Amino acid sequence: MSTGAGYNRRELLRRAAGLTALAVTGGPLLAACAGGGGGTTGGATAVASSATNPLGVDGSAPLEVVIFKGGFGDDYAKAFEGLYAKTYSAAKITHTPTQDITGLLQPRFNGGSPPDVVDDSGAKQIKLDVLHKAGQLADLTALLDAPYLDDPSRKVRDVLQPGTVEHGSFDGKMYSLNYVYSVSGLWYSGKLFKEKGWTAPKTWAEFITLCGTIKAAGVAPFCHQGKYPYYINVAIMDLLARQGGREIITRVDQLDTTVWDGPEAKAAISAIYQLVDQDYLLPGTNGMTHTEAQTAWNQYKAAFVPCGSWLENEQLKLTPDDFEMTFLPMPSLPGDKLPPTSLRAGADEPFIVPAKAKNVAGGMEFLRMMLTKAGAGQFAQQANAVTVLKDGIGPEVKLRPGTKSAVAALGAAGTEVFNYDYPNTQSAFDIELGNASTELMANRIKPEEWLKRAKAAAEKAKKA
Amino acid sequence: MRHRRYPFIIGFLVVPVLLYAALVIWPYLQTFGYSLTDWNGQSQQMHFVGLDNYTKLAHDEVFLGALGHNLLLLAVLPVATVLLALFFAFMLNVGGRGGTARVQGVRGAGGYKVLFFLPQVLSVAILAVLWEAVYRPDGGGLFNGVLLKLGLESPGHPVEWLADPDLVLWCILGVLVWAGTGFYLVLFSAAMQSVPRDVYESALLDGAGRPQTFFRITLPLLWDTVQTAWVYLAIAAMDVFALVSTMTVGASYGGGPDHRSEIVATYLMRNFLFFGKAGYACAMGVVIFFFTLVLSVVALRVTRRERIEY
Repeated sequence: MSTGAGYNRRELLRRAAGLTALAVTGGPLLAACAGGGGGTTGGATAVASSATNPLGVDGSAPLEVVIFKGGFGDDYAKAFEGLYAKTYSAAKITHTPTQDITGLLQPRFNGGSPPDVVDDSGAKQIKLDVLHKAGQLADLTALLDAPYLDDPSRKVRDVLQPGTVEHGSFDGKMYSLNYVYSVSGLWYSGKLFKEKGWTAPKTWAEFITLCGTIKAAGVAPFCHQGKYPYYINVAIMDLLARQGGREIITRVDQLDTTVWDGPEAKAAISAIYQLVDQDYLLPGTNGMTHTEAQTAWNQYKAAFVPCGSWLENEQLKLTPDDFEMTFLPMPSLPGDKLPPTSLRAGADEPFIVPAKAKNVAGGMEFLRMMLTKAGAGQFAQQANAVTVLKDGIGPEVKLRPGTKSAVAALGAAGTEVFNYDYPNTQSAFDIELGNASTELMANRIKPEEWLKRAKAAAEKAKKA
Repeated sequence: MRHRRYPFIIGFLVVPVLLYAALVIWPYLQTFGYSLTDWNGQSQQMHFVGLDNYTKLAHDEVFLGALGHNLLLLAVLPVATVLLALFFAFMLNVGGRGGTARVQGVRGAGGYKVLFFLPQVLSVAILAVLWEAVYRPDGGGLFNGVLLKLGLESPGHPVEWLADPDLVLWCILGVLVWAGTGFYLVLFSAAMQSVPRDVYESALLDGAGRPQTFFRITLPLLWDTVQTAWVYLAIAAMDVFALVSTMTVGASYGGGPDHRSEIVATYLMRNFLFFGKAGYACAMGVVIFFFTLVLSVVALRVTRRERIEY
């Protein structure tokens, strides 16, 4: 995992945790961590809020920050801490970088003494739905309603990219600030396409026709990261969202089982199945890791790969200089309810403030400082990634071709961006859906069976 | 000074027993306790739900499938590993003939021993990476590369070893046998070397061939060691977490495609950390604990024989 070890792929890379959690006896051992320790609540600070201090931060209270040190490193967090220290010079700031969030924090959550800010990411992220159900996350509504630091006439909630609040919410309240903004779709090499005289398709029919041309030219039209069904699932579910509109996204998230009987789901899965049926997949792609598949794509062995906009950062070392990595929103199906420019854009890399932290107000203030041009600029420079702060990147930040094309697509999409909640709120359903997609891509089941399985998974998750 | 003996013994034992109680016994007891609750793993709040988790387990198809896979491994892994290790150990220690009447291994036995033992030195992480390269689903993989060169498969449809539901468990089993044989070979070799040479020599003089020597002398005299190996391998077959979670298809601890390589340990971890069903996961831990316990006892009882003194 050389770079961008994360964003939402962390769900899949979680398996890497297995390497360190080798012994199965980890079960009982982990359980042991939970014993003892009562539920002490923090809240040592009770400073009245004011115009300059809307969150009521006790400037002398210490602040403990735990950062997942992955592809982004942790220098950006030190920069944020610098911002905090500038305003609250009396506060003692503790900075803890780690790659093992679960190992470090599970005992502390259980013991009732969590830190004040956590970047809950990486292979060993503690699942947010689990934390939320356990009442461990502070409600961030106060942060959303606080003034934006760069322009106090606006509230923080007004300067966030669309979907940020929803994606960090449970039951209508925001509990996590997902700081990095990424888009999902297909990717191709501008150089390869120019060389061969291919043009990027707009509709699914054009896409399938082009796949035929590509195959005839001796290149595999499509590859995906088959070992982790997350990627192809994103493609399938994006087609479904386009076809059924926002209403169907809500229904999927709410585990409405009738979604899977409808024509929209059928259209989406049948479209994807064309790739399998017509043998357009890169040989072996169903068993490949993300690195293997994406590298084959970088080597011009396959024309398209589905991925999020972290792809460029992740493949930085393996991409030829003249590759011209280019983003393409999913091609559109006939009868789509959302426009062809619409795409999945999501906020990831969740930052949370634990409900039982000693300095909840300070934690929220820290998040507020991240949401400034100074903070977002720092992040873009350190991590080559865009944050959820609208217009947070000034002209001085130079973007790479892939990121540039993704940002352009985001601009074209305008407000027509969407995202699903179910991967965060319905983990079991998500996994079952992924299993079904693995079977479909290997041509072991047909679209009808996939729909049946999706419905069964939703029914099962609803009961649980 | 006889009465001084007990404080002396206790002085030696108290620390290890305390450590064992605190780090092994107590967590096990806690796991039993948690398995009766709906604990989600990230909080002190939980409710007592009685045997609910166990009733659910009995109807959980994925769990039952996983248990079935563990049992399949249990049936095959010890047999395959022990037989291979015994065969190799025999050949390396007494299998050679070389024209003389001396009891010796095949030529180059020392080199083979090093070679066979090598996998044991590698960490599981390296094993996983190594075998992922062997099983790679395109022409770049060792197996597929060879099959392609021999013209046994078409380049458009290589065998996706670890992504093939019918092959994946056997692929994992292959790695386990490959990695385990060396250790048991050395174990059996050591045991064989403690068998007096003259026993073999007299057998040779009586005209016993290799099979007779093996079944009449080597195996009976090694029975204790084989028994130990069996129990260890049985316990290993109930685990296999590291390989399955790293090598197989599927989000969070593998187990795919479609649960076809799912084992109790991967399903347990997914429930524990990913689904937030820690109580349920603890119930699985308890089930696997009893399985392993019963298996060990049964294995030791069933294979008990009279010890041969020499």
